Amino acid sequence: MKILVPVKRVVDYNVKVRVKSDGSGVDIANVKMSMNPFDEIAIEEAVRLREKGVATEVIAVSCGLTACQETLRTALAIGADRAILVETDAELQPLAVAKLLKAVADKEQPQLMILGKQAIDDDANQTGQMLAALGGYAQATFASKVEIADGKAQVTREVDGGLEVISTTLPLVVTTDLRLNEPRYVTLPNIMKAKKKQLDVLKPADLGVDPAPRLKTLKVSDPPARKAGIKVADVAALVDKLKNEAKVI
Amino acid sequence: MAALVIAEHDNASLKAGTLNTVTAAAKAGGEVHVLVAGANCDGAAQAAAAVAGVTKVLVADAAQLGEHLAENVAAQVVAIAKNYSHVLAPATAFGKNVSPRVAALLDVAQISEITSVESADTFVRPIYAGNAMATVQSADAVKVITVRTTGFDAAAASGGSAAVEKLEAVADTGLSSFVSREVAKNDRPELAGAKVVVSGGRGMGSSEKFHEVLEPLADKLGAALGASRAAVDAGYAPNDWQVGQTGKIVAPQLYFAVGISGAIQHLAGMKDSKVIVAINKDEEAPIFGVSDYGLVADLFKAVPELVAALG
Repeated sequence: MKILVPVKRVVDYNVKVRVKSDGSGVDIANVKMSMNPFDEIAIEEAVRLREKGVATEVIAVSCGLTACQETLRTALAIGADRAILVETDAELQPLAVAKLLKAVADKEQPQLMILGKQAIDDDANQTGQMLAALGGYAQATFASKVEIADGKAQVTREVDGGLEVISTTLPLVVTTDLRLNEPRYVTLPNIMKAKKKQLDVLKPADLGVDPAPRLKTLKVSDPPARKAGIKVADVAALVDKLKNEAKVI
Repeated sequence: MAALVIAEHDNASLKAGTLNTVTAAAKAGGEVHVLVAGANCDGAAQAAAAVAGVTKVLVADAAQLGEHLAENVAAQVVAIAKNYSHVLAPATAFGKNVSPRVAALLDVAQISEITSVESADTFVRPIYAGNAMATVQSADAVKVITVRTTGFDAAAASGGSAAVEKLEAVADTGLSSFVSREVAKNDRPELAGAKVVVSGGRGMGSSEKFHEVLEPLADKLGAALGASRAAVDAGYAPNDWQVGQTGKIVAPQLYFAVGISGAIQHLAGMKDSKVIVAINKDEEAPIFGVSDYGLVADLFKAVPELVAALG
């Protein structure tokens, strides 16, 4: 069984982005870029399934700039077997990425696709569900446990108020939540090995997909600022402020 | 054309986020219809018909819709979506699961977690953990949207008298089936809609201390309990208590951040709260940059004192 794991190159989670003064977007020149944290969990889960003998091959795929090759090399260092870059300079929105991934899935025929539940840059939380829709696949979002047996999957999902377990057919799209696993540290020997692994480059046109964006960003602005309040001396002063100034208790 | 709200419900009643979504729908599309897809969901349908501003409730009642599986609910929405200018769902675990599937089946973009409606085709949504706000315009025929519930007031749950119309339920896709659900039972209000939230962070030190120290305060204030990602990762609190970029977004009247340093990912989930109180022993903690009232103190002393002072 093949597993396809899409990964996204995003601004590192430790970076606080700044809105450009002309309102055209956020300034990401010269900031540290990393693999989307939820995608690391996705790769880790796929590699564990291969290590357990459930899967035979893990294919990492990324869509975007040439620089996404770095992200794919990280996925290969975690343990993916080979990688595919769908290379384009175009602005990619979730529907376009889902279409590109569907085309890759048509070629590779994976039984399982594992994606991060959301990317920490656009916070869209869409691509996995859209890929499932386009392929007519089952979907199991926000997964905290994945078990594959007898051509079926059983997935535990993080839902509001607790957990839900569903049973699904294959092929299946899983999106990862935080507690699915803790990704391993990448070791130097594995980074070296990853450099020799196969990485194929395709263009959206090779896949017959038009990645044109559907949403137009009119402007990007700073969120309403919240100004810092005061420090209170002790608990009594805090209670007094909450009762008599804020009037919330 | 009207706007369609996909109701989140438990078959017997509506979930709170549905009411905020109705408000957003009215701003975006004018007339508001509500789809209740479930099994034996008459209770939820009646509740939807009573919501102020709703003119029609469409009910699809069938066993395969009872557990709100994304594949079946999305197919039900798509069956009627072409009649609408907008399709909206709350940005909850339910809405986030179903709505993008609907959008892709319609070959349209989804606009995620809107916080404001600028016009029928233009919306504001947070990106980068709320560190920037993007104003986006959609040219798609149907705008598929998830609604950040804290961005919109709840529509009144009574006062409406919408017509209720039965729909033919779509066939079971057979792609997935429900096995079980484990929902923690407690008497506290739901985190997403609570008026007061008491959250703990890594500073709580252990799961035992987290509960021992924060529960009395939450009890006293009738508050929901929340947690930072650090506290969830450390195993002090369950994942569905997580407040932040990748957890729940809350905007209560009063938010207590106890032993929380204030990482940007956490601030993303609570900075729209009306009044924020921070209790932390580190006076340099970034949480004090957004709190209205900061108390630099040992939380293990200050919180019990606070409970006592509240009488």
